This record gives sequence, C-alpha cells and structure tokens, in this order.
Amino acid sequence: MTKRILLGVVAIALVIVAAYANFFVAPTERTMGVIQRIFYFHAATAWAGEMVFFVCFVANLLYVWKREQKYDWLGVTCAEVGIACITVVLITGPIWAHPVWGIWWTWDARLTSTFVLWLLYVSYLLLRTLIEEPGRRALLSALFGIFAFLDVPLVFFSIRWWRTQHPAPVIMGGQGSGLDPTMSKVFFFNVLVMHIFCVFLIVERYILEKLRHDVDLLQREAEVQ
Amino acid sequence: MALFSNTATLLGKELRTEFRSRELLTTTSVFILIVLVLFSFATNPGTEEAREFAPGLLWLAILFASSLMFQSCFLREQANDTLSSLRLAVSDPFAIFLAKLIANTLFLLLTEALMLPFFAIFYNITVWSQLPILSLVLLLGSFGIAIAGTAISAISAQARMRELLLPLLLLPLLTPVLVVSATVTGSLLDRDPVIQWKGIAFLGVFDMIFLTALWIFGQYFLEE
Repeated sequence: MTKRILLGVVAIALVIVAAYANFFVAPTERTMGVIQRIFYFHAATAWAGEMVFFVCFVANLLYVWKREQKYDWLGVTCAEVGIACITVVLITGPIWAHPVWGIWWTWDARLTSTFVLWLLYVSYLLLRTLIEEPGRRALLSALFGIFAFLDVPLVFFSIRWWRTQHPAPVIMGGQGSGLDPTMSKVFFFNVLVMHIFCVFLIVERYILEKLRHDVDLLQREAEVQ
Repeated sequence: MALFSNTATLLGKELRTEFRSRELLTTTSVFILIVLVLFSFATNPGTEEAREFAPGLLWLAILFASSLMFQSCFLREQANDTLSSLRLAVSDPFAIFLAKLIANTLFLLLTEALMLPFFAIFYNITVWSQLPILSLVLLLGSFGIAIAGTAISAISAQARMRELLLPLLLLPLLTPVLVVSATVTGSLLDRDPVIQWKGIAFLGVFDMIFLTALWIFGQYFLEE
C-alpha cells in the first residue's frame, strides 16, 4: 500500500515538474510560437500510449499461450490506459494543429493511423462487454487484440504511402530533422514522466480488475450457499 | 496433406450449402447494387467526379457487403451445433478456416463479377481494357477481406449483438485494404492507366500476414 501511494505521489509530482519544464524551461519555437509547447505533452503521451498498447499485445499473446487470468487483467488494463493516452493525443493534436496548419484535422498517416488504433481498441473493450463467460471473453478478446495490433503498422504504411502529403517526422525522421538541445531534453523528460504516470495508472487499474474478479467470485459463492 | 484433403472436402460442403439456396450471393449482389445507386443520389456526381470517386465507392460497397455476407459463416454451424462435429472430424482446425475463407473469397469474387458490369455502366468507366490486372487487385483485396472477415466472424458468432459486432470489429481492421485497393483501382481506371505494383504487393503482404496469424491462432478461435 505504501509503495502504491509513493508511486502515485512521485508520478503526479513528476507530471507537475514536466508541465513546469514545458512552459518555462523549453525555449519558444521560432515560427509556431507558444502553441508549440503542447508538443512535449502531446508527443510524449503518444509514445507512452503506443508503448502501453505494445504491453497489451504482449499480455494478449501470453494469455493465449499460458491461459493465466493475470494476463487477461493486464490486457484490459493496458487497453483502457492506452485509450486514455490516445484520447489525450487526439484532443491535444487538433488544439495544436488549428493555429499552426489552419485546420483541426487532416487525413495524414499519423493522425489517421492513431485514430484507427483508437477505434480498434475501443472495439476491443466493446467486444469484452458483449461476451458473458469470463474464459471465453478473455480468449476471444486476446485474439482480437493480437489481430488489431498486427493491423496498426499496415494501416500506418498504407496511408503513408498512398494517402499523404504530410510533413516528415520531426524526431528520427532522417536528415534535416531534429530538435534544439534544450527542447529535446524537455521532450525526453516528458516521455519518461508519461511512462511513469502510465505505470502508476496500470498498477491501480490492474488491482481494481483483480478486486472485481475477487468480488465476482465471492458473490457466486454466496449465491451457491 | 491431410490439411488439403480436409480443406477440399469442407470447401465442397460450403459451396454445396450456398449453391443450394444461393441466398448469400443474391442478397449481397442486390445490396451492392443499392449502395451504388444510393451513392449517386447522395452526391449527384458529374462524369469527372464519378470517375474520381467510383473506385473508392466500389471498395466501400464490397467492404460493407462482406460484413453482411460473413455473418452466417459460423452462425450456420451453430444451429445444429455442427461446429463440434467439424472440429472432431478434422485433424487440423485450420482446415475449417481455410475452407470457409476460400469459400468466402469465391462468393465475394462472384458477387464482384456480377456487379462489375453495372458499376461500369452507372459510372461510365471502361473496365475491359484493364480487366486482367483489375481481377488481380479484386482477388488479392477480396482474399484479404475474407481472411480477416472469417476470423472476426468466428469471434462475433460467440458474442451478443453479433450482427452489429462483426462490422464494428471488422471494418477498422480492413482500413489498409480499403486505402490500397481503392488507390490501385483508381489509378488503373484512370484516363492514363497506371499499374501500381507496389500497391498490389502491399495487398499480398496484408494477405500473408493475416493468413499466417490465422494459421498460428486459428485453433484457439474454435475452442469450446
């Protein structure tokens, strides 16, 4: 319990420090101005969200392989936390895009594939609500999760190669891309903070899922008696 | 080898069931026809716009039609619980999937063959000169749709609200097929036709990835 509280305090404190760094430490971007500061939060959350979905994929694989309930709990936990992250990304993106590009949304590869990723995992959660039997729900949703995760790179590249006039990636985009040193320090600090914050959310949500399972079990026992 | 002979037998069964009633083929064809007509009512396109939007529309109609067509694929087995007998009869459960997805691909291709003349007439597009490559695109695209569709229909058949669930799970999964097939078909049916081999190869890669995934995980879809 103490560890959980400690993790929560550290995670929230780090988010506050990261927010301070975003507003006061990072230099103002030359062409975009102050609005660019949303980038640190926006992109870091996107990276963390994608990482969480990867963990979800691994949990799904492990469930199909080992059939242990803990992997099912981890899968649903990561799907929910990932959706939360991607929702934040999809909201902060247009806030940034509107003043800079003049439009809220464009059907470019990263935007569209992020949106499809979000849709796929929302379907994953919906699927879970529509299967009653716990064992079957765990197995079938894990299988759908595996297919959904395999689909994401295909969505990305299909749109990138056939549908796009989008700007090249700023980070790891090859020659001519890159960040100012202070900016990149702030950015990678944000990435770290968002990962820690996600770990905190995952731990809490996982424990909740486990408690739900225990309550369910006790209720059934009570009904039998 | 048992896999192939099992698949062939099961495929024969699937085709026999369908060709006795021809329910799927007729309903899906009429559905595609309705979508083609409704689209022109919704947008009232001129000749140029029709040429530009028609390939995307064709693939959208195929996608929607497939999500209707695949509903019955596993539900049919539930009525008399024939799925358990099938599972006992074959040595590799992948044969059940392989037979169903080949049958689904064939049904989709047949519907497309029936609808292509109407599509060409309604939207003033010459398809004959590009027919060989167009057939290849239709084949690879439909195969991809059938692989994902057969897998997802095995999931949705075991859930509540299955009629709604299948399109909900399947359509976002098929985004890459829609994007690439529509683009490749579009440039093929253009005034100056271009064959986008990269796109055709991409469809092949999509089919391979999902077929491999289905081969590895197929047995778990059908567990009791």
